[in-house]
Amino acid sequence: MATFFATYDFLLVSMVLAAVLALTLYLPLMAGQLSVASPGFYALGGYVAAILSTKVFHPAPGLYPVPLVLLEMAVAALASGILGLAVGLPALRLRGIFLALATIAFVQILGVVALNLEVTGGAIGIFGIPQPFSSQLQYMWLAVPLLLFSMLFVARLERTRTGRALLALREDELAAAAMGVNPTYHKVLAFTASATLAGMVGAISAHFINTWNSRQGTFDTSVNLMAFVLVGGSRTFVGPVVGGLVLTALPEALRGIADVGGLPPWLAQFLRDGRLILFGILIAVGTVFFPHGLITPGLLRRLRGRPRTA
Amino acid sequence: MSVAPVAARDGAAGSHADLLVIDGVTCRFGGVIAVNAVSFGVARGELFGLIGPNGAGKTTLFNLITGLTAPNGGRLRHRGEDITGLPPHRVAERGIARTFQNVRLFGELGALDNVMIARHVRTRSGLVSGVLGLPAARREERETRERAEELLALVGLDDRREERARNFSYGDQRRLEVARALALEPELLLLDEPAAGMNAGEKRALSDLIRSVRARLGLTILLIEHHVPLVMDLCDRIAVLNFGELIALGAPAAVQKNPAVIEAYLGDEA
Repeated sequence: MATFFATYDFLLVSMVLAAVLALTLYLPLMAGQLSVASPGFYALGGYVAAILSTKVFHPAPGLYPVPLVLLEMAVAALASGILGLAVGLPALRLRGIFLALATIAFVQILGVVALNLEVTGGAIGIFGIPQPFSSQLQYMWLAVPLLLFSMLFVARLERTRTGRALLALREDELAAAAMGVNPTYHKVLAFTASATLAGMVGAISAHFINTWNSRQGTFDTSVNLMAFVLVGGSRTFVGPVVGGLVLTALPEALRGIADVGGLPPWLAQFLRDGRLILFGILIAVGTVFFPHGLITPGLLRRLRGRPRTA
Repeated sequence: MSVAPVAARDGAAGSHADLLVIDGVTCRFGGVIAVNAVSFGVARGELFGLIGPNGAGKTTLFNLITGLTAPNGGRLRHRGEDITGLPPHRVAERGIARTFQNVRLFGELGALDNVMIARHVRTRSGLVSGVLGLPAARREERETRERAEELLALVGLDDRREERARNFSYGDQRRLEVARALALEPELLLLDEPAAGMNAGEKRALSDLIRSVRARLGLTILLIEHHVPLVMDLCDRIAVLNFGELIALGAPAAVQKNPAVIEAYLGDEA
């Protein structure tokens, strides 16, 4: 067990962070808004943490204090939230595919800005971000509570007045408005909450990856997150979490299978390097055969129901 | 065609005492005039019928009142205040609720959730207090649930609370929509063909329901209905639209005898 954790420490933390990022896509989706802006706020959060920890705070040598990481997370959340509000107010006038395109453009613009600013280190980025832990696995102390907190938040949200308003907008915006739900307010609220959470993940990731540049939080991340949500399930928060965990682990598992040997060389090669092809196939097959993803509210009801009826 | 004989009660634009006043409202879609300078008033507590052949502009008029469509001309007044051009959620906040001609429920959500959502304007909990489950939010949530359960019982669906709305039969969906509209605690309820797709027994039950909620909650109701006997039986006054124009307005018996109505609507039945 210890060797398992030691071997897969980086992967395990990545899985948990991916699950939180998948939830940031789920939040606007609760209100029926397909936004892939999260990588942009993730990148912003990472830059906030990278700049604060390398240029503003000057901690003593040795391990970087965890409270400072938490402070960076708070600043990243605030910055992302404010930017989310500023972007969300105009962007959420758009619907469906147009909103998705606008958020892709937003991610691209942020990338170009980061590439050309001095404070972000230009093309080289910021490296040597100080480490608060002596091993990568210990990042679980930040990642797991954040995942649990965000899962609890979304689970609670679905049972409140605000959450029901979001779901009503997803189901039928016109009918929701006729029942007194303010569409713009609730869409912007979900978008801003999503941005805030993505910013916090970025702040942890900057320390975790140790270096931050404009290749973090790009359109590739948007596609990955979309795969997490579409394959995992878009109608319950459990879907994106499972999607994020499993699909992040999947390439490693496939690599493991490829290394077992006895496979034709082309297959082993595909299993090692075909990650993006595989994700593409999964999105295509998933949306055709499981339009609501693999984990649906109905499936969860059946899983919960079985022990009682048995 | 003049509306004078039947509109004489309070003038074409309605009196000050009226809860809802429609004053010369016009709505065009491209070259088509869906609603043409229509004026009438609905008195507080009245059960007001709106009839007319298909495409007469009845549903468009509902959309204009509830803010889903902006008029090209004329004013809408509720409680004497101008509500022309208010967005739909602001109209709902004023206590104007509606059902839809082609049922617009929240299909993937359960029956109870559908009704609870319409408590939105009568409740206050915000994002933070709701998620944290603060005492006030908890109490409000419990009251919302109880109120929604009462309304489901009122329309006879309380044994199917968790069932998804899309699985309900057409008639049941219409009943659920009425429960959802009532959850808003409306002062003015707009029902768009609530009896469509119901059999004779269900129609009778619906008439009884409309009568009883009106009496119990002191509602003002504006009713679009194709089923003439139901409208004649229920309504205090009836307005008849044809090609977007108001061709008659008055008590059911008078409207039924109006030659213009017979020609336009009842046609060869008369």
